[in-house]
Amino acid sequence: MAVITVERKPLTLAERTYLPQIVGGLMTTFRHLVAKKTTLEYPEQRPAIPAGYRGVPTLVRDPNGREKCVSCQLCEFVCPPKAIRITPGEVPADQTDRAHVEKGPQAFDIDMLRCIYCGLCQEVCPEEAIFLQNQFSMSGYTRAEMVNHKDKLYELGGTLPDQHYKWDKKLEAEKHGNAH
Amino acid sequence: MFDFFFQLHPVIQGLIKGLAVIMVIFPIAGACSMAERKVAAWIQDRPGPNRAIVPWVAWIPFVGKFLQRLGIFHVMADGGKMLFKEDSLPGHVNKFYFILAPIVAMIPALTTVTAVPFGAYLDAAGKVIPLGLAPLDIGMLAVFAVSSLGVYSAILAGWASNSKYPFLGSVRASAQLISYELSMTLAVVPVFLWVNAPGLPGTMGFARVVEFQSQPGFLGGMWFGFLMPVSAFIFLVALFAETNRQPFDTVESEADLVGSFHTEYGAFKWGLFFVAEYSHMLVGSGVFMLLFGGGWNPLPWVSLATAVEWLGHVIPFAHAPLFVGVLSIAIFLGKVLAMIFLFMWVRWTLPRFRYDQVMKIGWQKMLPLSIANLLFYAIAIAFLQK
Repeated sequence: MAVITVERKPLTLAERTYLPQIVGGLMTTFRHLVAKKTTLEYPEQRPAIPAGYRGVPTLVRDPNGREKCVSCQLCEFVCPPKAIRITPGEVPADQTDRAHVEKGPQAFDIDMLRCIYCGLCQEVCPEEAIFLQNQFSMSGYTRAEMVNHKDKLYELGGTLPDQHYKWDKKLEAEKHGNAH
Repeated sequence: MFDFFFQLHPVIQGLIKGLAVIMVIFPIAGACSMAERKVAAWIQDRPGPNRAIVPWVAWIPFVGKFLQRLGIFHVMADGGKMLFKEDSLPGHVNKFYFILAPIVAMIPALTTVTAVPFGAYLDAAGKVIPLGLAPLDIGMLAVFAVSSLGVYSAILAGWASNSKYPFLGSVRASAQLISYELSMTLAVVPVFLWVNAPGLPGTMGFARVVEFQSQPGFLGGMWFGFLMPVSAFIFLVALFAETNRQPFDTVESEADLVGSFHTEYGAFKWGLFFVAEYSHMLVGSGVFMLLFGGGWNPLPWVSLATAVEWLGHVIPFAHAPLFVGVLSIAIFLGKVLAMIFLFMWVRWTLPRFRYDQVMKIGWQKMLPLSIANLLFYAIAIAFLQK
């Protein structure tokens, strides 16, 4: 059997007085005393957020500044703590280039007291409209303050690059007669 | 310029001197609490408290910023908080003793200062005159007698709190004090055997001890810390135990006793316990430095008189009593603060001993060691000074 019996040596006199260990410990702590500090001074210094970080969920616009969410409510249904509440509505009449999208959220609320930052909403979104971005600190004095409404969500989300321009392609296809 | 002062009634003179010393000790004790937090932070690789600032100090370039980073103003913030927060009195306590306890803590802490000289000046004949509140001949005895009274505050606080953990903490405090008081006293005896050489009037004062450490020659200029290292070591360990500092912090071990005897205290009354603890450390460090660290002598084998003589070549007013007095107080205070730093350094290095280990070290290790040490030096001194 590969058992190695290690002999436990009796402590030497120096070890039993505990003093060399104390001196060694003092040296160690003194090195730390003069060493460079490792902490961040938080509000001024912010930690570097790694890629793929799941912060506060936000709604994003496409690079042309258009709303991406079509209020399909998949995120609302998938959300495990039921933090998302969407009131579906129609695309405003003045957005003529998006009239074929037909639906858009009239109201979009995410209760950040319920949100568990799981990222399922981002994963499920067929429109790539909801993203968990870098913001990690949310605070407020009331429960109502902790509910992010649609305008706040867009303010937090900003604009992210879009690879597909799905609805532009659909419009193009419709014009050429092969709408599916 | 000092004539006015010396014409005053001795009682008023004493009052003024006493107040002056308290005015120094109190802020230093406060600053120590800050230094404790700062040293703790540095050892843990943190910057420590560095935010509070008084606006008009912030206007000073560089210096203001430096003081802010150093956390100087957190002392005021802490003190202000302690003064103005609600001083609650729990309903289940014995009110009289509960209020008495922090006062009793402060009294011995500040009284011991009277017996400790903290500087010296040279008179016209070049003789070193120690500076202190009361140049008592019983210096060491007075310190031992009064400083141990501090444990009464712990017992009173623990008992008056009428609560389990404070009571256990106070019992521990008294047991610990008794255990280490003995070895501490025995460790000091060789020093006084040595300084009470035949032909000299007997004394327990610190002035003679420092005088013996500032004699010319190799052995004469040697501090007692080098001459009696075991004594110094036992005294230091006992000092850590008596001031309830780490690693002998079993009295306040928050893991098993919540907060010990001051669990039920808050605000200013708690602050008094805190200041008393630091005052104890200050006086204890002062006594250690007087006995084993050469007192107000700047370096081993360089006495204050020698140093002043050297300085006399550079600075014309070096022999003025005022200059020498301030210099010696600065040297002594510097040494004491270095000791305080050692207290903090050790606190953030060593884990706390278990209570049974504390008792074991006290009775089975320190006490026999101090007795053996005493015997050795008694015999050696008898041969050397016959």
